[in-house]
Amino acid sequence: MKYLISVVIGMIVGIALFVLGLYYNPFVGNPSVSPLAMSDLDLVDLSYSLVPAESIVFANDGESNVKPHPTKVLQLWEPTIKRTRGFVTTLTDSRGELVGLGVKFSSDSEASALLDAEVLVDSVWHIYLPERGTLFVDQTENFWSYLHDIIVPARLSSGDNWRGSWHGIMSMGPGALGTARVTGGAGDLMEGEAEAVESITARAYSATIGPVGMTGNLTIAMPHQDQEPL
Amino acid sequence: MSGGGYADAFLDGQGQNLFKTFNLGIVLGIALAAALVYFFPVVDQYRENSLISVHANGGNSELFHVSLPEDRIMAGVSAASRSVPPGLEWPEHEFLADIQIELFKVRNENGIVVGAASRMSGKSEKHGPFVEWVVHLPARGTMYVNMAVTPSPDGYRQGNLRAGTREFLTLNGVVLERFVKDEDDPELGTVGRIELAAALVGPLEEIE
Repeated sequence: MKYLISVVIGMIVGIALFVLGLYYNPFVGNPSVSPLAMSDLDLVDLSYSLVPAESIVFANDGESNVKPHPTKVLQLWEPTIKRTRGFVTTLTDSRGELVGLGVKFSSDSEASALLDAEVLVDSVWHIYLPERGTLFVDQTENFWSYLHDIIVPARLSSGDNWRGSWHGIMSMGPGALGTARVTGGAGDLMEGEAEAVESITARAYSATIGPVGMTGNLTIAMPHQDQEPL
Repeated sequence: MSGGGYADAFLDGQGQNLFKTFNLGIVLGIALAAALVYFFPVVDQYRENSLISVHANGGNSELFHVSLPEDRIMAGVSAASRSVPPGLEWPEHEFLADIQIELFKVRNENGIVVGAASRMSGKSEKHGPFVEWVVHLPARGTMYVNMAVTPSPDGYRQGNLRAGTREFLTLNGVVLERFVKDEDDPELGTVGRIELAAALVGPLEEIE
């Protein structure tokens, strides 16, 4: 009997060691330098608030701690879209001036692999910029660092919140350098393609209501106006 | 000196066996946790069967629809009285006056919700009028469709699949949009549905 107890306790310790090893994996880092940092293309910076109450519409299944906005928005409760979020927001440039509107759909990805520190989300943007036209951005985002550095500490905190200064690159594909793919609709990029990178800058997060002080940034590397699209 | 060596120095025979069993448990625990994480998917998206008709030319067609008004998640236009849902604050800005963005749930031919979509239409001063759809099906991928601005005399608006992800990544084809009006309800507004008929074909493969 004592051998059985010994092996069970050993297994519990083993599982705990595995979880700790996964969480504190030294080989996983938070990419904070954009793959477009050295690009010589025209970079279009679009910023938006990730606080649901500051969006135009934020829709989810209604059961998450992050509440939909406005409160009467239709909830995505059906089984096929339960793990999907819909988000409509204003987009501002680096000076904070309104430059367009964006719609984002994001769904939890079945390619997520905890062993590889990949908490993946398949997301698409549908963007309207009066000066540039319409754009479609598709990408896979990795939320591992966000989960590791913000959500878990917030949940472990006695105050159920996290405060600090955090910046992370979320995009990890499908581009070879981990960039998102941009397809032009009507406008400057019509018939063309480009690359983009999305990042998050966080200052405060609440385990009970979600993002409190958090902005997203979408940097699009557009071909020069006098250059043929990529 | 190994860990077992330390145990040998401080434990008697039975204690050494217990310690070895404990170590075996640790290894088993790590292996079990690794196997669980590896073999059990973190995310398992719920799937409805795709109701696709395959044609002789290798193409396929599929019909989606949006039931109005119950599938409308959002309708953002410059006149606040027309915006959905209640409480929506649409940015009143001069250059956004001619743009309309709608979000919908999307149903398959059987009327089951399979995804969500955004429809953007408007007139840009610089680039002219446009109508576009992004149809996001979480278990399958996303379609980005650029529609013709003017519908045909029989009410169809034709669009091209401009880009796609995952299942739609390599496909080309057309998507037809048609609004089928049922009735005008004084409380609900216009009752009807938007039909989206996709006719897509994969890339040609070389025959060896």
